[in-house]
Amino acid sequence: MESFFTRYRNALVLIAVLLAQVIGLAVQVRRPEANAPDKGGVRLIRSWVVNSVTPPEMLFHWIGKSIRGVWSNYIDLIHVRKQDRDLKAELDRLRLEEDSLAEDARQGQRLQTLLGFKEKYIYKTVAAQVIGTSGTEQSHVLLIDKGAQDGLKPDMPVITPDGIVGKTRDVFRHTSQVLEISDVTSGAGVILEKTRIRGVLRGDTWGQPEIVNVSPDERIQKGESVLTSGGDAIYPRGLAVGMVERVIPQPEGTLVNVLIKPAANLARLEEVLVITDTGNEIPAEMAQDLTDAQQKASDVLAERLPSRTDPNAPADEQPDAPTPGSDANVTPPVKPPQPLHPDHYTPSDTPPASELVPGQRITNAESAAASDQNNSPAAPDATTPARHTAETQARPSTAPPKPKTKPAASPAASGHPAPAKQTQPETKPAAPADGTQATPPPATQPQGGA
Amino acid sequence: MALMASSRHEVGAKSFPLVVYIVVPLLALGLQSLLSLHLNQFDLIDLPLLVTIYYAITQREPVSATLAGAVIGIAQDGLTHHALGIFGISKALIGYMAASLGVRVDAENHGARMLLTFGFTLAQTVILWLLQRHMLGQPYAWHGVHELIRAVVNALVGVILFALLDLTRRTEY
Repeated sequence: MESFFTRYRNALVLIAVLLAQVIGLAVQVRRPEANAPDKGGVRLIRSWVVNSVTPPEMLFHWIGKSIRGVWSNYIDLIHVRKQDRDLKAELDRLRLEEDSLAEDARQGQRLQTLLGFKEKYIYKTVAAQVIGTSGTEQSHVLLIDKGAQDGLKPDMPVITPDGIVGKTRDVFRHTSQVLEISDVTSGAGVILEKTRIRGVLRGDTWGQPEIVNVSPDERIQKGESVLTSGGDAIYPRGLAVGMVERVIPQPEGTLVNVLIKPAANLARLEEVLVITDTGNEIPAEMAQDLTDAQQKASDVLAERLPSRTDPNAPADEQPDAPTPGSDANVTPPVKPPQPLHPDHYTPSDTPPASELVPGQRITNAESAAASDQNNSPAAPDATTPARHTAETQARPSTAPPKPKTKPAASPAASGHPAPAKQTQPETKPAAPADGTQATPPPATQPQGGA
Repeated sequence: MALMASSRHEVGAKSFPLVVYIVVPLLALGLQSLLSLHLNQFDLIDLPLLVTIYYAITQREPVSATLAGAVIGIAQDGLTHHALGIFGISKALIGYMAASLGVRVDAENHGARMLLTFGFTLAQTVILWLLQRHMLGQPYAWHGVHELIRAVVNALVGVILFALLDLTRRTEY
């Protein structure tokens, strides 16, 4: 018996080692959640390995970062001023865009509240440095330098400003593993931005993300944006994922896979953000940003618009210029055009045919008379206001029109001489139909009042 | 045959200082993890596998090579999200086979080292494919040309790395 063990010692050791590992594999695979973070001894071994490997990696990373910092902060400052100008211009542009989108955001939030939809807002993120990878093509895993001590937990989304990266898997004390979206075992709920087709994103065997098992649809075009759908309860809704690269039919079946070019550069990641806290209410900081953006956008617009008065400019001698006391920046409201004919179909308004003039569009005698008056050289314009007033005065039953202008903008109130076409007929209040005394005209006289 | 061991001198076992046994595998794991982050194609190279092969063919002791391969492989598994043991099993097998062949082959010859590394890289791919695809039922990327390129690259890098590691050893007669 002893000679058997001596003779086959090598083979027996090999079998024992393999058997132990196969049993260990079986125990690990038997867990109900295959992609869940490890527990017990497996986690301990993984923790030993990661803690053994990461300190030198952090050291290398720190050295590289220091060298880059010295270069970028003290030496490579040639184009900083130009960049500063460009960034300020871009900031102004973005403020205007943000202002235009803020109202949409508020409206969307109100509608979501009405519908009972629970939007996830990002409350808090933790910035982390990527210090290593798994080192194999079969496992798309990153190592970051933040762990449980920094508030990280398993299954937290990891993003960059460009798009999503993956989610945390095993979280150790000072480091964490991040499973990239390009891994075969990853999964994320996504939606195509235009076609609104939903699907599950995972990596293919070459390490490129793809939306799997999608029904063929001709509307899916290259370049369409892909966003997170929020259906996986990990990634907040609306984060950029990438763009459609091409559609690949599955070898078996009638479904297709949609290859995605990730928005985040997964091959060259240095810094990532881990979303550690989300909620259903819009964060106070974001709300404040929206308000600030609206105010700042107004300032930007005020600087750009020509309506802003220049204090050094010469005085305007035009009669319709605003008064010194009025606000120079207020643009008068646009007046709606007056109707040409208040009523063409009132009985007994049609004049006899002998009084009609060829080409004349006015259909009653009073209107024709008013038209004759307006065609005289004294009238600056033979158009509607005077004609309209004459008609309304001739018909007591006509409803009184509303004032056309704001009180402050009224020529009578401002003390400036008004054009003839506005003053003569429009400032004279007509007698009421019941014969009572008309009230004296207020400071804001209605135009064409009845 | 030039690649076969022809004298006792050629099959003399080599040993290393204890610190080398610990530092070199850790360094291989760390560099593999770090350089793959900055060099896109670096994950073609498998530094832990090269270290396993080197120890096995220079020690020529199947038991220690098996154990060393298992430990290095499990450590490599620790950096991935896979179950512990996939690389452990494959590298234990590779260590055993390399040590067994190391007795019969002139492991000092660069050509023999290159051929051995080429063959063991392909062998590891086959073992991993069997384990993941057929034992665990998980998807595994198998692309023939890609695997051949990987084997060639590892063989070339292995020759250089083995020459560097030769500097750390001491010969025992």
